[in-house]
Amino acid sequence: MKATSSSLSWLHTSVGRKVVMAVTGLFLITFLVVHLAGNLLLLRNDGGQAFNAYSEFMSTNPAIRVLEILLFAGFVLHIYQGLYFIFRERKSRPQGYALNAASANTSIFSRTMRLSAVVILVFLVAHLQHFFVEHRLLHSPLTMYDLCKLTFENPYYSAFYIGSMVLLAFHLAHGFYSGFQTLGLVMNSRIERLIRWAAAAFAFIVPLGFAIIPIYFLIAKN
Amino acid sequence: MAETLVVPSPVTVSPSISWREGAPILDNRCPSGDLEKRWTRHKDSLRLVAPHNKRKLEVIVVGAGLAGASAAASLGELGYQVKVFVYHNSPRRAHSIAAQGGINAAKNYRNDGDSIWRLFYDTIKGGDFRSRESNVYRLAEVSVKIIDHCVAQGVPFAREYGGYLDTRSFGGAQLMRTFYARGQTGQQLLLGAYAALQRQVEQGNVKVYYNHEVLDIVVDEGRARGIIVRNLITGEIHRVAAHAVVLATGGYGNAYYLSTNAKLSNATAIWRAHRRGAYFANPSFVQIHPTCIPQSGEYQSKLTLMSESLRNDGRVWVPRTPGDKRPPHEIPEHERWYYLEEWYPSFGNLVPRDIASRAAKRVCDMGYGVGPTGRAVYLDFSDAIKRLGREVIYQRYGNLFEMYEEITGESPWETPMRIYPAVHYTMGGLWVDYNLMTNIPGLYAIGEANFSDHGANRLGASALMQGLADGYFILPYTIGDYLATQLFEKPSTDTAAFVEAEKETKQRIERVLSAKGTRTVDEFHRELGKILWDACGLARNASGLSEAFHQVRELRERFWREVRVPGTGQEFNQNLEKALRVADFLELGELMIVDAYHREESCGCHLREEYQTAEGEPLRNDEKYAYVAAWEWAGEGEAPILHKEPLNFEFVKPTVRSYK
Amino acid sequence: MRFILRIWRQKNAQDPGRFETYEVDGISPDASFLEMLDILNERLIREGKEPVAFDHDCREGICGSCGLFINGRAHGPLPNITTCRLYMRHFKDGDTITIEPFRAKPFPVIKDLVVDRSALDRIIQKGGYISVNTGSAPDANSIPIPKPYADRAFDYATCIGCGACVAACKNASAMLFTAAKVAHLAMLPQGQPERRERVKRMVAQMDLEGFGHCSNTGACAVECPAKIPLTAIAQLQRDFIWANLTPDPHIR
Ligand SMILES: Cc1cc2nc3c(=O)[nH]c(=O)nc-3n(C[C@H](O)[C@H](O)[C@H](O)COP(=O)(O)OP(=O)(O)OC[C@H]3O[C@@H](n4cnc5c(N)ncnc54)[C@H](O)[C@@H]3O)c2cc1C
Ligand code: HEM
Ligand code: HEM
Ligand code: SF4
Ligand code: F3S
Ligand code: FES
Repeated sequence: MKATSSSLSWLHTSVGRKVVMAVTGLFLITFLVVHLAGNLLLLRNDGGQAFNAYSEFMSTNPAIRVLEILLFAGFVLHIYQGLYFIFRERKSRPQGYALNAASANTSIFSRTMRLSAVVILVFLVAHLQHFFVEHRLLHSPLTMYDLCKLTFENPYYSAFYIGSMVLLAFHLAHGFYSGFQTLGLVMNSRIERLIRWAAAAFAFIVPLGFAIIPIYFLIAKN
Repeated sequence: MAETLVVPSPVTVSPSISWREGAPILDNRCPSGDLEKRWTRHKDSLRLVAPHNKRKLEVIVVGAGLAGASAAASLGELGYQVKVFVYHNSPRRAHSIAAQGGINAAKNYRNDGDSIWRLFYDTIKGGDFRSRESNVYRLAEVSVKIIDHCVAQGVPFAREYGGYLDTRSFGGAQLMRTFYARGQTGQQLLLGAYAALQRQVEQGNVKVYYNHEVLDIVVDEGRARGIIVRNLITGEIHRVAAHAVVLATGGYGNAYYLSTNAKLSNATAIWRAHRRGAYFANPSFVQIHPTCIPQSGEYQSKLTLMSESLRNDGRVWVPRTPGDKRPPHEIPEHERWYYLEEWYPSFGNLVPRDIASRAAKRVCDMGYGVGPTGRAVYLDFSDAIKRLGREVIYQRYGNLFEMYEEITGESPWETPMRIYPAVHYTMGGLWVDYNLMTNIPGLYAIGEANFSDHGANRLGASALMQGLADGYFILPYTIGDYLATQLFEKPSTDTAAFVEAEKETKQRIERVLSAKGTRTVDEFHRELGKILWDACGLARNASGLSEAFHQVRELRERFWREVRVPGTGQEFNQNLEKALRVADFLELGELMIVDAYHREESCGCHLREEYQTAEGEPLRNDEKYAYVAAWEWAGEGEAPILHKEPLNFEFVKPTVRSYK
Repeated sequence: MRFILRIWRQKNAQDPGRFETYEVDGISPDASFLEMLDILNERLIREGKEPVAFDHDCREGICGSCGLFINGRAHGPLPNITTCRLYMRHFKDGDTITIEPFRAKPFPVIKDLVVDRSALDRIIQKGGYISVNTGSAPDANSIPIPKPYADRAFDYATCIGCGACVAACKNASAMLFTAAKVAHLAMLPQGQPERRERVKRMVAQMDLEGFGHCSNTGACAVECPAKIPLTAIAQLQRDFIWANLTPDPHIR
């Protein structure tokens, strides 16, 4: 076999693009853990002291700023590739099936990746607008804690968050496993069982952790 | 052809079976001298083609089963320009893919005393001394290299824990010389050859025309010059010319309609070659396998093979009362007839393949058969399960039981299996010389399509060996000898022979489309199958064959009048394809009957009821019939011409195959 | 048994195609799905109508010719089985059965239920082999291969090339097919010299043919008659990443 040209062009193959998604996706997963850990400080009954300190640290520490850029880059790449696939998908099957019993051979989570992705995207826009833009760019006078409190005491807003977390759970239930598989790490059925189990646990616990925050504020208010 | 002598007997009032005797075949190009050195010496004496000249030579290979794919890949590697034609939608779909058991090779990895000589001897004897010593010895000789090559290709043969190749015993051989890849040896070998072929496609040496069916062979100035081929998708008819044509189109077991062969396997290419002058050798030599899942109804389209090993532990029986429709478990022990144990007390259920097959047919003919069609016997494991326990039986036959249950919906754990013999393999085929060339210069036949190595009966695991031997290690040498003489020829499709062949093909298509009758092609095919199975199957006799001869002729006439083939020739038309194939089977069927009729002896698969001992042992007649019957086409409705190729046994002495 | 069949009819690649409904009756539960279609076709021919075109050959699950999308699933309602090994006893009397061709851009419809799957051959052409010429092989036992590797290579090598993985995949991805070959050869010492190039070239061809990407939904492995496991895809991914991220130091 003659050697094919090698450069970065491999990132434009279907497999290369998926690798980008997996790397960024798994990176975002680690962000979620950190983000959740920080956000759970909101639940401490200290009038927001700990959380505000954390928030202050996060928005000023230079190392974190670098990570933040990485994080945004990760999101952008992940979303770019995600949208690419979403729009590409139909091209491989211009004429669909009249009857498709996909539920017989796939999980609902893997089938709804497009939906969960779009919902998370909408969520992100709203979420960033609300916190990041408000706080960092518009320099809202409220402390971070008060901003959160105010936000989540609005039941509509909270409902939107909680709903989004359900879809995040869906996205993670498949995405967590899928990322490892894309990187070729699911080498045998034992590893597969392990990762599927971890994915289920992660997809359940992390979004639940996020969802507790609006619920907490709603309950605390009443 | 040389002058033809008329065989005395047949008076033709209403046409009865007759043939004319032509000149015997005295030169089959087999070398002489030491058996062990024949192939090497022969190779050294063949003409060669220089590498730069190979590029100028074109070869058509029809078929991409084990034989065709291996040949085309090897010829491509040598540098010839190869065009491969298959009616399949991919070369990987050839019938070879279905072979299960394994492939023989005289590797002697087991240190159990195997040798080229032993494999040679077993094959000659297994064929009941109706094949050529030189060919069979060469087959055994190159068998060794086949395994080497396939392993290098990445064929995942079964291995032992030490990492070395595993082998098993097969088909009653006393040696473990069969290499295997679980139950899918044919698949793995074919995919190896297919991969090699695809590599040549990528390198530009081979072009594969899939969905292309060859409908005629063009013979010009006494040499094979090309083919007429139909693009099955568009219906277009093309002429293709080349310096040589290789037919690797497989066997014709589907003449019987029901067989273990793939549904589409057919004889069209070899039959058309026969009509163009190629001799057809031993057409009636057809192997029938004893343990297949029986037909369950008229609608059934094919028969599935079940491993023969089942007879090691299963007991074969039928109810003692003919037509007993009770479910088997309601039939008490004393009303069960273990006919094999009764008839063959010393061998019991383990009698050889042909005996077991014939016995099953006999009890069913007598009305004892079971199942909805009455054409099956029970193979019962209940005693074995009681004796050895479920666990042991599961270890031995678990997967077979599952397969049986999947197909029939019945569990062999609860109720006995039903089995019946089925047509499996055709030893007959185009006559070829030692170089695998037919009597038409430039026309080669390899694999199951030729008649060469298996005599009157093929041993298990030998067909894969032969197909690959022909394709990888024999044809690539021998074809050069002919091609070297063709260097200055420019094959053209503009000759009268091509024009004529194309016209005839188109007429044939028109004719079958214009019949506009009321009956489907399958109805005729089923009918032909039944005639052949009854008269030219497990047991044959003169009167049955004569009757069948008339029936086939009559059926053929009706076919052309009454068949209905919807659609046109200018489109994808599966029924048209089928009709053309069945039309050829209807002609071939007649020749099979003539061949079976003419051979007044029993040998291997060919049991003539008139020629057997009192105990039903076949009686071979070496004095009169130690020859290959090579038939020449004499024209439609004409008595075919028989050319005898005498078989001389210099190294082995024909003996009686005894089962005592 | 009686069935209502809704079958996709399409005269040729240009025809837009449509569903037509047929009724069949008196079908034995022991008939195979293809035999049921044979019966329908015999009747259609006698009635002077066009029979339904469908691919088939071995009818025992090994040649990979058959392939119908039955009631929304590749090769019908059972997992890991070919259409030809599906029997009517798995349906209920009176059922309506919808039959469509395998659909994917690289599988254009030829007629009715027959599609062109030659794209799969072209993927193999790009490297689904070990480049060895006839005659050059060493003795078969000169390279021992650990049994577990040989067994695994076999498992991957059993792909029958039916295309059900593509048909079942929501992205019409040929990943399982391609990966089966890559993984088969990756398990064997003979496959090593070309391992890096093989995976790159085969993936490139897969994309070129227009197959979709793999989102690891796993429908392919559920329908695959050869039971090719998803670990094949992981192997391909690994090999592909490795081949691209670590340039071979000996080749510039
Ligand atoms: C169920 C079963 C199990 C078997 N098991 C074993 C076993 O364990 N061991 C063993 O040694 N043997 C076995 N055999 C026998 C063996 O499989 C065959 O004899 C052998 O594979 C034939 O190979 P071939 O290359 O000659 O032909 P095939 O594999 O039949 O290939 C024929 C090729 O020719 C093409 N073709 C035919 N006619 C035309 C035409 N007119 N135009 C264009 N193309 C055409 C087809 O497309 C195909 O590619 C078995 C057979 C069966 C049925
Ligand atoms: C209910 C749960 C959540 C709360 C209370 C919450 C809270 C916050 C807050 C307060 C900020 C602003 C931090 C700052 O500007 O310093 C923030 C930023 C951000 N959040 Fe959330 N968040 C939640 C869930 C999520 C989820 C589920 C995601 C991801 C899908 C997410 C993604 C982000 C991103 C990307 C940023 C901006 C990056 C950054 O500033 O670090 N958040 N979130
Ligand atoms: C916190 C947010 C997110 C996380 C943690 C995350 C994580 C993941 C992971 C791990 C995968 C699997 C990657 C693979 O199979 O290789 C994935 C897939 C995917 N993600 Fe996200 N993702 C997030 C947000 C988004 C957003 C906002 C989009 C918006 C477009 C998106 C679109 C997709 C899509 C389309 C896929 C499936 C790709 C495919 O078809 O294989 N994701 N995600
Ligand atoms: S991987 Fe499975 S489903 Fe795909 S082509 Fe191969 S056998 Fe068919
Ligand atoms: S179904 Fe499709 S998404 Fe991947 S795992 Fe199989 S190719
Ligand atoms: S017809 Fe061969 S696999 Fe179904």
